[in-house]
Amino acid sequence: MRVEFRLSGSGGQGLLLAGIVLAEAAILEGKNAVQTQSYGPEARGGSSKAEVVISDDDIDYPKATDPDFLLALTSEAYRTYGRLMGKGTIIVDSSVPLDPAIAAKTVTLPILKTAAVDLGKKVVANIVALGVLGGLSGIVSDAILERAVLARVPKGTEDLNVKALRAGIALAKGETPPESC
Amino acid sequence: MPKTVKLMQGNEACTAGALAAGLRFYAGYPITPSTEIAELCAEELPKMGGCFVQMEDEIGSIAAIIGASLTGKKAMTATSGPGFSLMQECLGYASLCEVPIVIVNVQRMGPSTGMPTSPAQADVMQARWGTHGDHSIIVLAPGNVRECFELTLRAFDLAEKYRVPVIVLTDEVIGHMREKVELPDPRDIRPFNRAAPRSPAGYKPYAADPDGGVPLMAPFGAGYRWHVTGLFHDETGAPSGKSDVADKLIRRLDAKIENNVDDICEFSGEGLEDCEIAVVAFGSSAMSALSAVRRARKEGVKAGLFRPKTIWPFPAKALREVALHAKTIVVPEMNLGQLALEVERIAGCSSKVVKLGKVNGELFRPEEVYAAIMGEADNGGTGQGSAKAGEGAK
Repeated sequence: MRVEFRLSGSGGQGLLLAGIVLAEAAILEGKNAVQTQSYGPEARGGSSKAEVVISDDDIDYPKATDPDFLLALTSEAYRTYGRLMGKGTIIVDSSVPLDPAIAAKTVTLPILKTAAVDLGKKVVANIVALGVLGGLSGIVSDAILERAVLARVPKGTEDLNVKALRAGIALAKGETPPESC
Repeated sequence: MPKTVKLMQGNEACTAGALAAGLRFYAGYPITPSTEIAELCAEELPKMGGCFVQMEDEIGSIAAIIGASLTGKKAMTATSGPGFSLMQECLGYASLCEVPIVIVNVQRMGPSTGMPTSPAQADVMQARWGTHGDHSIIVLAPGNVRECFELTLRAFDLAEKYRVPVIVLTDEVIGHMREKVELPDPRDIRPFNRAAPRSPAGYKPYAADPDGGVPLMAPFGAGYRWHVTGLFHDETGAPSGKSDVADKLIRRLDAKIENNVDDICEFSGEGLEDCEIAVVAFGSSAMSALSAVRRARKEGVKAGLFRPKTIWPFPAKALREVALHAKTIVVPEMNLGQLALEVERIAGCSSKVVKLGKVNGELFRPEEVYAAIMGEADNGGTGQGSAKAGEGAK
């Protein structure tokens, strides 16, 4: 079965890395995975989007067509991609005001705050978000996801990143996706 | 080293393919969306005794790799449209002087600076005819990450074998996409190395069978004296303005590629045996096309995908066979119909060719190609009159 993820926010939030780790975790589980991206010419800031398609079968088209999960960490990303959502679930940061016109299933979680306040490092918001995506989708096991994170993050930051991942998984598990919102 | 399975980026796979082929000299000027190739070469080449040079611009870059190749090194540069434009003059020089080089062009939206981070496939004709004068050239177009590895490796083999510049034409989507790939065991890779002369005595650097022969190439620095010039030259390499020398040379350069299309051309496909509607697509557009073809098949439409991996020379013989039963050929490409011209030339007499151009900096969505296939199917595949270019891809 084909599962599509779209991770959106602003450049510099590390969403591309989160997408890469998610795809690598899927490969560790023996699945196929493709990760693509689109971004503006800016070195940081601007809008950023990473997509991951995971499947047990051959993946022909590499981009998300009707995402199962949309992660939106900024208001702009939420408004741009939220309105394109059909069957899937939107995971939006609590700092983003919701738009009643966006009808897709929506889960609001304090991803940025968990990173900045609870963990004291806003740079790990991407790994918190990865934990949330892993937890909500169940696409890979928590242990595999942790292995994939450890294989990618810089030396000396392992503990912090594992904490961030676990915090994200906990956020996902404490929150049952509502039917609609 | 055993086979490795990993998530790999297209540009990374290009670099890995080049290194597997024996790349030892890279000169380049970084440009989005090709920069990862330069970064990785800068990291990897010094570890293996190779050389990486960041040049002042793309003119210097191609000039430097031509020089390196003349000393016997396998040499490459990577760029995108604006840089590829600057390389055209030296591309002709490498072509006439028969210097094997590999150029990776990761296409982005143009003309000019265009949209640096957005994909396009609009350098198809530039890759073929960008430099002046009659010349044959080889252009390979990977359709996924694994093929970035395979075709870059192959680009070196073909460059060495035919002493010709080879262009690997990818695009932003293929270059930046990451995919699960299984790379071959390096011990199973046998790169082609150019044939060298036995002794400097009596060496004629451009002596070859006039019917498409490839002369033996002596590395500079090994005791051979020879002259390399962008003027027309005779067998000794000395400039010549004689009409018979010029005629013989240009015909040999053409024949060495055109007489060997069966060796050079590769394609892949799905559903080609019985398709009534064929889709011809290369690079990233072919991924959208494959998805569309599979969906159309499920709906009972006999659709097929013909995906050239070599776009110049185009695998014409294979396409002609498909055109015998495909009433319509749809050509989705991220330009306004460049490859479609070649498809029309090859199959336009027997099949209706429908151009499907997309030029907004985004990859085709599968449904756009699907809509074009189904539109043709509704016409009975014969379609009275011609469909509008860009139909289904607004």
